[in-house]
Amino acid sequence: MTSLPAPAAGAKKLGLVIDLDTCVGCHACAVNCKEWNTGGHSAPLPDFDPYGADVSGVWFNRIHTFEAGEGSDSRTVHFPKSCLHCETPACVTVCPTGASYKRAADGIVLVNAETCIGCKLCSWACPYGAREFDADEGVMKKCTLCIDRIYNENLAENERVPACVSTCPASARHFGDLGDPASDVSKLVEARGGYALMPEMGYAPVNRYLPPRAAKTAPGCTGAPAELDRPAEAAGIHPLLRWMDKLLSR
Amino acid sequence: MAMDGSLDPQIDTSPKVSDEVKCTTCYMCACRCGIRVHLRDGRIRYIEGNKDHPVNRGVLCAKGSAGIMNHYSPARLTAPLLRVGERGKGEFKEITWDEALGLATKWLGDIRASDPRKLAFFTGRDQSQSLTGWWANQFGTPNFAAHGGFCSVNMAAAGLYSIGGSFWEFGEPDWEHARYFMLFGVAEDHDSNPIKAGLAKLKANGAKYVSVNPVKTGYQAVADEWLGIRPGTDGLFVMALIHELLKADRIDLEFLVRYTNAPWLVREDDGLFVRDAAGNPQCWDARTNALASALDPGVTPKLVGGFTLPDGRHASPVFEHMAARYLAPDYAPDAVAAQCGIPAATIRRIAAELAHAAFEQQVVIEQPWTDWAGRRHERMVGRPVAMHAMRGISAHSNGFQTCRAIHLLQMLLGAIDTPGSWRYKAPFPRPVPPGPRPTGKSAQINPGKPMGGMPLGFTLGPEDLLVDENGQPTRIDKAYSWEAPVAAHGLMHMVIANAWKGDPYPIDTLFMYMANMAWNSSMNSAETARMLTDKGADGTYRIPHIIYSDAFYSETVAYADLILPDTTYLERWDCISLLDRPIGSAEGPGDAIRQPVVKPDRDVRPFQDVLIDLAVRLKLPGFTNPDGSARFPGGYPDYIVNHERKPGVGPLAGFRGADGSKAGVGEPNAQQLERYVANGAFWRHHLEPDQLYFKHANKGYLEAAVKLGLLDKADQIVLHLYSEPMQKFRNAARGVGPIQAPPEHRARIERHFDPLPIWYPTFEGEQVDTAEFPLHAVTQRPMPMYHSWGSQNAWLRQILTQNRLYMNAGTAAKLGLADDDWAWITSHHGRVKAQVRTMEGVNPDTVWTWNAIGKRAGAWGLDADAPEAKKGFLLNHLISELLPEKNGYRYSNSDPVTGQAAWYDLRVRVEKADPAEAGETAPLLPELGRPRTAGEAPGVLRYGAQWKAK
Repeated sequence: MTSLPAPAAGAKKLGLVIDLDTCVGCHACAVNCKEWNTGGHSAPLPDFDPYGADVSGVWFNRIHTFEAGEGSDSRTVHFPKSCLHCETPACVTVCPTGASYKRAADGIVLVNAETCIGCKLCSWACPYGAREFDADEGVMKKCTLCIDRIYNENLAENERVPACVSTCPASARHFGDLGDPASDVSKLVEARGGYALMPEMGYAPVNRYLPPRAAKTAPGCTGAPAELDRPAEAAGIHPLLRWMDKLLSR
Repeated sequence: MAMDGSLDPQIDTSPKVSDEVKCTTCYMCACRCGIRVHLRDGRIRYIEGNKDHPVNRGVLCAKGSAGIMNHYSPARLTAPLLRVGERGKGEFKEITWDEALGLATKWLGDIRASDPRKLAFFTGRDQSQSLTGWWANQFGTPNFAAHGGFCSVNMAAAGLYSIGGSFWEFGEPDWEHARYFMLFGVAEDHDSNPIKAGLAKLKANGAKYVSVNPVKTGYQAVADEWLGIRPGTDGLFVMALIHELLKADRIDLEFLVRYTNAPWLVREDDGLFVRDAAGNPQCWDARTNALASALDPGVTPKLVGGFTLPDGRHASPVFEHMAARYLAPDYAPDAVAAQCGIPAATIRRIAAELAHAAFEQQVVIEQPWTDWAGRRHERMVGRPVAMHAMRGISAHSNGFQTCRAIHLLQMLLGAIDTPGSWRYKAPFPRPVPPGPRPTGKSAQINPGKPMGGMPLGFTLGPEDLLVDENGQPTRIDKAYSWEAPVAAHGLMHMVIANAWKGDPYPIDTLFMYMANMAWNSSMNSAETARMLTDKGADGTYRIPHIIYSDAFYSETVAYADLILPDTTYLERWDCISLLDRPIGSAEGPGDAIRQPVVKPDRDVRPFQDVLIDLAVRLKLPGFTNPDGSARFPGGYPDYIVNHERKPGVGPLAGFRGADGSKAGVGEPNAQQLERYVANGAFWRHHLEPDQLYFKHANKGYLEAAVKLGLLDKADQIVLHLYSEPMQKFRNAARGVGPIQAPPEHRARIERHFDPLPIWYPTFEGEQVDTAEFPLHAVTQRPMPMYHSWGSQNAWLRQILTQNRLYMNAGTAAKLGLADDDWAWITSHHGRVKAQVRTMEGVNPDTVWTWNAIGKRAGAWGLDADAPEAKKGFLLNHLISELLPEKNGYRYSNSDPVTGQAAWYDLRVRVEKADPAEAGETAPLLPELGRPRTAGEAPGVLRYGAQWKAK
């Protein structure tokens, strides 16, 4: 069993805010994550049978696309999913060696590959399926929130965000301190009604999802009438005649 | 463990990222985003978007981010290859470049000396068409085009003949200011990253976004409103919107009078414009009650009324013709609703919302500007309705006229290049109708001589057609013939079938680049492959020589005789040129380069270098000095810097002039490429704030464009509701004028060359029994894939290794089909077996699949039992390149105006396969042989392991 850092008031909770209103399911975040991380802190992210019948690989971020509802009420959802860096993560407490740990400094959940024995208890414990087993090295890997980018002094300051955030073409991913109510991400969550995924499980995820904005579909939603008036028709005028005396200069 | 984290493992949070970063341009699809490539130990560590780049502003899609895996693909070719087995077997021997180029020179030299037409040179997703087209011209063959004919030429032409710009390539929505956005038929079609960024902006700004698409994938999923229209009926829907706006008189008359040809007079008898002796179009000026030049800024033209001309003929304004047509009850929402699959009340509501956004929510930018006539305007007032359309419109035989209908709707709303509307990307707008004319009339084709002009261009009437004295096509693809008079990008999808048939004449050598024509880029793929291997009575191939250049072992490589292996996009120089397909935006013109960021580790050469080398060996005039020596001895980079298309105008517009200080026009600068490299591999010119809108009529912009070499004259560019070139072709079909259409083509031309947008049912649906083939079948491009390139990519293929046949759950239930069942899809032409996946978000009469996931076993470095080969399928097998016979003739399966391939006209029926047939697709073509390529497929790929922190 591994213990968690003691909860501290005002502690940093770094995490992601993912906007389901603009995510179009393009996989840019997943692939850019893969290319950064396969040479990064947890390198490599191996691929098995990469050109064969049963290709699979280690990905820290995966996009799930599904439909909810039926007929004209159905909604197509693109749902990116990665580690939520929970405040009380079972994946850490279940770890028999201390390899899985939550950083006191910023709340990022990491795996120490040196001490991981590959027992997979953590992946069983994680209700979000966010852990990725590297069968090649026999160790568990996972989203590091790009720990090797966000503090990296070899990168320009505006590049010190996770790769998935940096690359997202639809601005659907945001990074920041969700422990600070004054941070941009906290304000965004507040403004858009951001929610935690399956909070009832009790692990207090840090990441937040922004729900789709209300669709403007109903008549009158843009301020327009349901249909246009037809003044000429109403007045019984031949439709072309009303333009007869319209005199506009070039 | 300590509770304060002091015992947390020590991590290096500032590891070294790379030794070096080089900027270049992505080529994982056609969108030309700027990328920064991080190199470490000579390998590619990481590719990211370039934040300074005008196209992607730092973001990068899945394809771009997976560039590493294309660059290191095991399917990369390694050396020039000469076929040793039968075509299609994939049996080759490696030869030297000298042998390869010697052989190509021999074949091509013989053709050039005897009959240059016998070379058909077709490039695919080529971004060097200003070079390749010029090469064809110097060689002397008219038989040149790239992939535009099977991509979106009808939309490009519709735009250029109507508004002097077009969707995607030559225009973009004003994402910042739009209040209402309509997206027609767009999946991952161009413009990949800008659309995603734009949609996010629109939604953050609270604009309404309406998606018109039979299939609710990516972009449609985040729309405020999804209209699951029946394929091929978008034009009818748009015309019903126009009907509603006209009925309600909710149109921008001021815009129409000032900026379009709405007031121009059309003669009653021949449908052509009334012109004065100087050729100026005429209007009826209400102040003088007389004819006047419609171009005179002082006129007050009548918009309706019949007028008698001095010669006694009668004429009336374009506006009246237009209004009369769309006010007709045929275009009422109630009349089209059932055909489109969109309720009439919805059509009426969308029309009301468009009018509301355009006229009640106008956007005002406090920026004075001066119009073409020198009149100052204190502010820029915009109609914030923006539109974008792509392959859901273009891949239909009615796409040209449908796209014109969309442009007409934009013009009626006054929503062209205003704040909040669709905007031109510089170097557009260009004059309407466009130029120059195509080259390739019989007299222009002479042994040993250049043609004297570029093969591709724009026809303005029957006199510009490339037909011989008997009216027969001079081009192998029959572009610019009576069968496709405005085929501005050629008909690449017809080249192999025509060459095989010898119709209109046999060729000797088919030379292709970067186009997978033996597989997913052809209609009727299996039969096309057979044509490539077919032999005549004398035992020789009916297409005697095939030369192909590709970087990878694609299906088409196996069908060529001589392979010239290309580099990857990270190993070469390129230019993204204003002469071709630049990276301009509404904010100003721009262009870009690719630079080699790594050296090839194989015996491969950039195709453009090879083409220039061949040109010197063939002594093509533009590429050689009078003494026969090479004019560009440094190859393509030398050409990029030193070639001048006209004085001062070359492939790159930036950093011209001896000191690099000139923009657009200026003498060559020996340091030009270095300047691009230092500037992040691109150049852009920022237009002044008063030049940013109304570019078609903005004096400041027009004069700046002339200085930059983008336009020849600073005249107003008048937008065309009514297209006179269409009427000229129609007259030729009516027996009017000196050049008349052959009798067999007349009815077809008369019907489709309407000077005002029309709608007609798509051809295949009209010609087959729709009771027998009740469903429409279309494809979409998945966001992480681009054509056939993605499947060789170890990362991207994990996202999609097998495509399914997607269909509406209700429709599937009626056919007794459930998820994972195998089904036969049958068209009038063939049948394919595929695995079913049901869904809600698709038009009930439409089935669809992802394009180009199915692969031929043996190709692309994949194992023969890969899902792409065993279960992935192509709809291409169901699509005939020819329409069913009608009146004894089979026309190509194309838009009748532009020759655009009509992929999405396909009609099918779907039936459950016998359970014994489940498990794999059909047809399954035999596995291709495998020449040596760059790598053995590893069991485990550990890319990046070498950089693990020690």
